Order: sequence, then structure tokens, then C-alpha cells
Amino acid sequence: MSAVQAFLEGTIRTATPLAFAALGETVVERAGIINIGLEGAIIAGAMGGFTAAGAAGTWAGFAGAGIAGLFVAVVFAFFAIRLRADQIITGTAITLFFLGATATLYRQLYGVTGAALTSPTMPVTPIPLLSSIPVIGQPLFAQPAITYLLYVLIPCVWWCMYRTHFGLGLRASGESAKAAQAAGVPVSRIRFIAVLFGGLLGGIAGGVLVIAQAGSFAEGMSAGRGFIAIAVVVLGRWHPLGVVAAALVFAAASALQYLFQAMGWNIPYQTFLALPYVLTLLGLAGIAGKATAPAALGQWQS
Amino acid sequence: MADITLLADALVRSTPLILAGLAVALAFRGGVFNLGAEGQLMMGAAASAAISIKLAPLMGPSVIVVSLGGGAVAGALWAGIAAELKRRFHVLEIISTIMLNFIAIHLVSFLVRGPMQEPTRIYPQTESLADSARLPIIIPGTRLHAGLILAVLLAVCLHWIFKHTAAGFRVRALGAGPNAARSAGQIDIAVLSWRVFVMSGAIAGLAGAIEVSGVTFALYENISPGYGYTAIAVALIAGLNPLGVIASGVFFGVLETAALALQRDFGIPSSIASMVEALLILVTLALAGLRGYLAFLAPRERTA
Repeated sequence: MSAVQAFLEGTIRTATPLAFAALGETVVERAGIINIGLEGAIIAGAMGGFTAAGAAGTWAGFAGAGIAGLFVAVVFAFFAIRLRADQIITGTAITLFFLGATATLYRQLYGVTGAALTSPTMPVTPIPLLSSIPVIGQPLFAQPAITYLLYVLIPCVWWCMYRTHFGLGLRASGESAKAAQAAGVPVSRIRFIAVLFGGLLGGIAGGVLVIAQAGSFAEGMSAGRGFIAIAVVVLGRWHPLGVVAAALVFAAASALQYLFQAMGWNIPYQTFLALPYVLTLLGLAGIAGKATAPAALGQWQS
Repeated sequence: MADITLLADALVRSTPLILAGLAVALAFRGGVFNLGAEGQLMMGAAASAAISIKLAPLMGPSVIVVSLGGGAVAGALWAGIAAELKRRFHVLEIISTIMLNFIAIHLVSFLVRGPMQEPTRIYPQTESLADSARLPIIIPGTRLHAGLILAVLLAVCLHWIFKHTAAGFRVRALGAGPNAARSAGQIDIAVLSWRVFVMSGAIAGLAGAIEVSGVTFALYENISPGYGYTAIAVALIAGLNPLGVIASGVFFGVLETAALALQRDFGIPSSIASMVEALLILVTLALAGLRGYLAFLAPRERTA
């Protein structure tokens, strides 16, 4: 594989969990809710995926990951929508809780030593014809099947958001909950569904980390991806296609490290580890004033 | 005697929690969602260790003042990055501070394996601090150091500032929402929230400096077992009240010390403590939601 293909492959690999999580959060934020608990859904998904995949195979693993993410979303929805508690603080608490809970469960189930246990991993399934396209064929179409699910999901989310009655209600809830309510849109119910969808995709993102990539669980392995995904939503200006593009740009910038390493540059390895976080900051600073959040984001009134 | 040692251990653990908890309480009071106490604390610890190691042979005991001050400045600068990103580019501090936490971890990892590594170059940590750069022990025979006194004094100071000064009033008005701040008059919201942000970082940086000068006497990668995140629970359970932070800081110090003992003696994972902490935040939220008695948790206006 050439250095360029390694770079493209690295880009898709980094982008996949990020795009899952960010796509879900896009739907949540367009409904007017900001779920900082996304990080918690990802780590819960990773743990759920690890356990279920070990017991019943890779697809069961992704089911387990999704269910774990859904569970996190239900807890968030109860506090943020039902009790109307502050969304930022609720999300922070939920992230902290599930980081602690997954660490505790993992140590309890698999021993305090945290020996590197492995889970089954999803094999690469090349798509005939498409995968033989020069240069981009292999990186894009010789992926684990879950990546193709993402490819299908992207247009579905776009269609649902911009071409359906539900999508209209969703966007109205995010722009002005009061006006939407007055027009007969069931704001709370729509927000609840949006949060569940976001949790489901966040959980699957965690599952991707374990089942399609690492092949094992590690405490805190979400490593801030939930927060990066929230930044990616901002970079993609709250539009599903923009968000996926932003995830790709972000992942490409992160994957530059494969090119640097191939060139044999002598840079401390911590630079590469810190790169995604630095890129997130630069990206957010770069779009200053150009992105407009849904008007009712994080609020109940208006 | 064993009881005294246990109590002292719990108070040693409480000290960074009180300080970082004050940092979070100040920020939240001023309407700044600083989730970056962890990174600010790490940078404070790094700066303090560097100053102590370089200057202790030259300065004698006064190095401790410079070292703690340097830690506070480092924390302020680290928070300053997020504060500037917010002021100039409207970057959400929830994201930027978390990103800076991860960057700080990798930066400290680089420092203790690179330029700051101990002379034999075996362990990923700095050399030990000279005796003159260490905080004095306040109960002989235990690890309890003078940092606890500093933490309590700072809490009392902050309480007094909130209660009795114009600056404290402005910060509270800011936290009550932009409209309240505007009605209170004479408040430049952007400047004030920038100042609160940086001050909050300074306190978190001081927490790291005190941890290095009073407990670990060296800088290494895992110098903070998540003090900056526990601090969020400490501040919220205390209702963002500085005096309350002392009590909740001690409570969480005891909780975490007990969790470590449970892990040691019964093999119960110590991470259970962080579950309990997060659960307590959620319980507080539920109570606030049901009774509406914690005004600061009420939904408020926010900028993207």
C-alpha cells in the first residue's frame, strides 16, 4: 500500500467513529439540545460492544453498543428534557458517571489488572468493483461492514432532516421551541427521539472503536472523541453533509501523522497524540463568526 | 495513631479537591463553564516543579513562594488560551477546556520523558524537589502539609469577596445571566468573564503547584487522578459556595481515600468513587429540578 493510500485509509478509519457520533449529535443539536454526555455514550458503547461481541459475535457487539448508547441517552433525556436540568451540567455528570461505571465494570468483570483481553473484530469486506477503483477504491470500499452502514446512514439522515414532516418539526424545535409548540409540534417528544438517536449512534461509535479497530476495551478509550464530535458538529455548521465533510477533514489532518512517520521525521510522539485536540481548537477558532447555531440550542424559553 | 494517619491522608487528598473545587465554583458563579481545571492543574504542577528544581539551589526557602506563584501563573495562562478563544472567536469553553486537558496530559508526558526527565533517564518523572522547596508538614508524623491551610484561607477569601465586594457582586450578576449583568450596570461582560476564567485557571494551577510541593515532590504523568473532574462535583454539591467547597472537598477526599482502601483490602475497583461523585451531581440536579431551589442550575441564555 502506498503512503497516500495509507493516509486515505487512516483518514477513513479515524473519521468513521467520529462521523457516527457527530451525525447523531447533529440531529440532537438541531432539535435544540446539546448533549455533552456524548462522550459517556461512546465509552458505554465501547464497553457494551466489547461484552456483547465477546459473547455473541461482531454484529451482536454493535447491537450491544447501540443499546448501551441508548441507555445513556435515556438517562440524559430524563434529566435534560423531563426535569429540564441544565444540559451542560447533566451532560458532564453523565460523561463522568459512565467513564467511572465502565472502568468499574471492566475491572470487576475482567480483573483489576486490566489484562489486555481481546474481542472478536469485524473483518474487512471489500465491495466488488468499487474496491478496485484506483487510489480511492481500497481506502473507501475495503472497510469493515459497519463503515458501509455509515455510508447508507448519511443520506438517510439528510433526507429525514430536510424532506420529511418529522425533520421539519425537529428543526423548528431547535430554532424556536415556543413557536414550534404553538404550531402544534410535539417539541418534547421530538427532542426525546433526537436524543435517543444521538445516543444510539454514539454507542455505535464506541462499538466501532472496539469491534472494528482496537479489538479490545481500555478504560477511558473514548479519549475525548465525544467532545471532538461536538466540535465537528460546529465545524460542519449543523448540516449532516457538512458535518461528515468536517469529520473527514479533521480525520485527514489527524492522519497526516502517517505521512510524517513514513517520511521519518523526528518529532516527539506526544505531538501526534496531542494533534487531534490541537486541530479541534484551531478548527473552532478558524470558523469564528461563520457558523450559526440553532437559535434555541441549550435553552427552554424562546 | 493509625486514625490520625488515615484522617491526615484524607485531608491530603482533600486539599487539591478544595482548591480545584474553588476554581470551578468561581468559574461557574461567573457563568464560565470551565471544565479544564484538570489541565490547568497539570500545567501548574509542571511549572511549579520546573521552578523548584531550577531555583531551589539559588534561593533557599523563599523558592516555595515563587514556585506556587509560578504554578498559579501557568494555570492562568493555560485557562487564558480558552478565555482568548472564547473572547475573540466565540469558541465554546466546554470544548476548548476539555481539549486543553488532553493537550496538557500529553505535554506533561513529553516533559517528563524529555527536557525535565530525572538525571539517570530511567523513570518518566522529574528529579525530587529539594527540602527547601517542599511545603512544611503541619501534623508531625503524617503527610498533612501546609497546603490545606492555604486552601481554607483561599476559600474564606473568596467567600468574603463574593459577599462584601463590588467585584464579587459583579461576578454573581454575570453568573445570573447577561440580562442580570446588564441591569446591574457598569459591567463589561466580555472583560469580566475573561477575568473570571483566568482567575479560575490560576486557582487550579495553584492546586497543581501545591500538590507537587506538598505531596508528590516530583512531576510525573499521572500526577492527578482526575482532581479537576472531581472538582466539578465538589463545586456543584457545595452549591458553588466557597465555604461549602471546604466541606464538600473534605467529603470527597474521605470518599476517595476510602475507595482506595476498599480496593487495597477488598479488591473493589476504586473507580467506584467517580461513579458516586457523578451520581451525586445527578441527584443534586434532580433535586434542583424538582424543587427549583438552586437558582444557578436554572436554564439560562447561552452564546454558541
